Amino acid sequence: MTAPTPLLEAKGLVKRYGRVTALDHCDFDLLPGEILAVIGDNGAGKSTLIKALSGAIRPNAGEILLNGSPVQFDSPNDARAAGIETVYQTLAMSPALSIADNMFMGRELRMPGLMGKLFRKLDRKRMEDFSRQKLAELGLMTIQNIHQPVETLSGGQRQGVAVARAAAFGSSVVILDEPTAALGVKESRRVLDLIQEVRARGIPIILISHNMPHVFEVADRVHVHRLGRRLCVIDPKQHSMSDAVAYMTGAAVPEGVAEPV
Amino acid sequence: MASADPFEDVVKSRREEGFAEFEPTRKGLWGRFHEALHTTPALVPLIVLLAALVVFGVLLGGKFFSPFALTLILQQVQIVGVLAAAQALIILTAGIDLSVGAVAVLCSVLMGQITFRYGVPAVAAVPIGLAAGTAIGAVNGWLVSRIKLPPFIVTLGMWQIVLAVNYLYSRNETIRARDIETQAPFLQVLGTKFTLGGAVLTLGVVLMLAVVLGLAYALRSTAWGRHVYAVGDDPEAAQLAGVDRHKTLMSVYMLVGFICGLAGWVMIGRYGSVSPSATTGVIGNIQAITAVVIGGISLFGGRGSILGAFFGALIVGVFELGLRMSGADPQWTYLLIGVLIIAAVTIDQWIRKVTQ
Repeated sequence: MTAPTPLLEAKGLVKRYGRVTALDHCDFDLLPGEILAVIGDNGAGKSTLIKALSGAIRPNAGEILLNGSPVQFDSPNDARAAGIETVYQTLAMSPALSIADNMFMGRELRMPGLMGKLFRKLDRKRMEDFSRQKLAELGLMTIQNIHQPVETLSGGQRQGVAVARAAAFGSSVVILDEPTAALGVKESRRVLDLIQEVRARGIPIILISHNMPHVFEVADRVHVHRLGRRLCVIDPKQHSMSDAVAYMTGAAVPEGVAEPV
Repeated sequence: MASADPFEDVVKSRREEGFAEFEPTRKGLWGRFHEALHTTPALVPLIVLLAALVVFGVLLGGKFFSPFALTLILQQVQIVGVLAAAQALIILTAGIDLSVGAVAVLCSVLMGQITFRYGVPAVAAVPIGLAAGTAIGAVNGWLVSRIKLPPFIVTLGMWQIVLAVNYLYSRNETIRARDIETQAPFLQVLGTKFTLGGAVLTLGVVLMLAVVLGLAYALRSTAWGRHVYAVGDDPEAAQLAGVDRHKTLMSVYMLVGFICGLAGWVMIGRYGSVSPSATTGVIGNIQAITAVVIGGISLFGGRGSILGAFFGALIVGVFELGLRMSGADPQWTYLLIGVLIIAAVTIDQWIRKVTQ
């Protein structure tokens, strides 16, 4: 029985902040086409792990492999160039700018020919059409006003735009950090549907969440993070939510794992 | 085993009820007006400008409504107009620049002194002055972006430093207009007048219009402009979204230094002479901030347009000329401008409210 090659893999990641070790020889793997949930108590090092994978921090030791070959991300732009898109908890959008402007922030398209080369004129139409198409693909818009400033959208709509941005440009991995934490029941539901729609298009997803029902509903595997490292990976079909919570809080130890002292 | 209590199933079946409908909720004339102001922030100062023109036109008649008087306003605001364009850029990034006027004066002094003290041709002295302005802007930008000092503090200090350097370097000497005219007329080139159907314009006015329109284009239609807004709106978000915050801030501060240098050149054209004690050095910053605020640019950054700042400068010009022509005490100008500043910020707060 051979396991498929992980699409994104981390081996022995270490990150120290002064005397605090946030990541303690942490391993990680993401298989092609899956939704991997990352759960862990506050302070377990989930965010640090995600930041390392998305290029926001550089680990002190360890290596990250994308499609089996080692990569080094010095900035979020490096990770982005490799096709890893992240939806941050804060969404990283400019409220006063339009949906299309936000979708293309940092990777704007210019007009072809002289207008683009010499006057650096933006190709508004192309960017707007693309944004509209991407939002429509995810079933996000019924009536479309792509010029609307992001601040006029509801929390769920903003989240939707952020997910659409990540899905549009994330060719290999989409990372979602607590996408439903700030949303109501109905809006959370829509975002979970979105996540599955993105996965259906073949893009694997890393989902960080505290919401066990959501995790158990959509995840194929659950990475349990504890004390700066991966404690275990569980199959949500074989384990209950209580098991998962017990593992991540240290109340129980999964079989075959020695609890670090 | 994983199946939990299906408490959320009810929303699974009925979720078409408008999760992401983008239909405008508030309609009606008032709502549309609010929306128009939200998307076109230069509209308010434009309305105020036109209203002021109409009021003074009615009060003063043809004396005010002549091409000559109206273009006189343009000539009178050319220095403040250029400085306001620079200030608007900084304020869009949620900063403030107290050194703009002082930098302009220092640049004009450098252009003059380099020509007269070292015998450098004026055609070369002007670019040196512009480069000096850009360099001062770079220092401001570096301190703000890299050392993360508040722009107010950085430019408060730079204002004093630049003014002092200006006096020390020039030995408080004024270069007379007559000398410049005979020995280095290129320094005054922006004062060149030409008429256009009764309207008297100077090259300085043309330069001001070019700066304003050029910046308006760059801010609206280039990626750089979008980045300036994004950095001013929320620097962390812009950074995470892939904008180079440092590069954007440096480009803004350097460009502002350069534009201040242009303002210095405009000053020579306007006054004829080069004087280190020109009032622009002391009050230029406040005049520019006034124009920007009246022009509806938010001091919190990320909102407003450069055209608004230009209209703001024109509004001040219209009030000054109109009140002077009607023989009112000049103090009325300051009083009305004070009222306008407070009114502008009040309107800004209202526009920022997205929904009510």
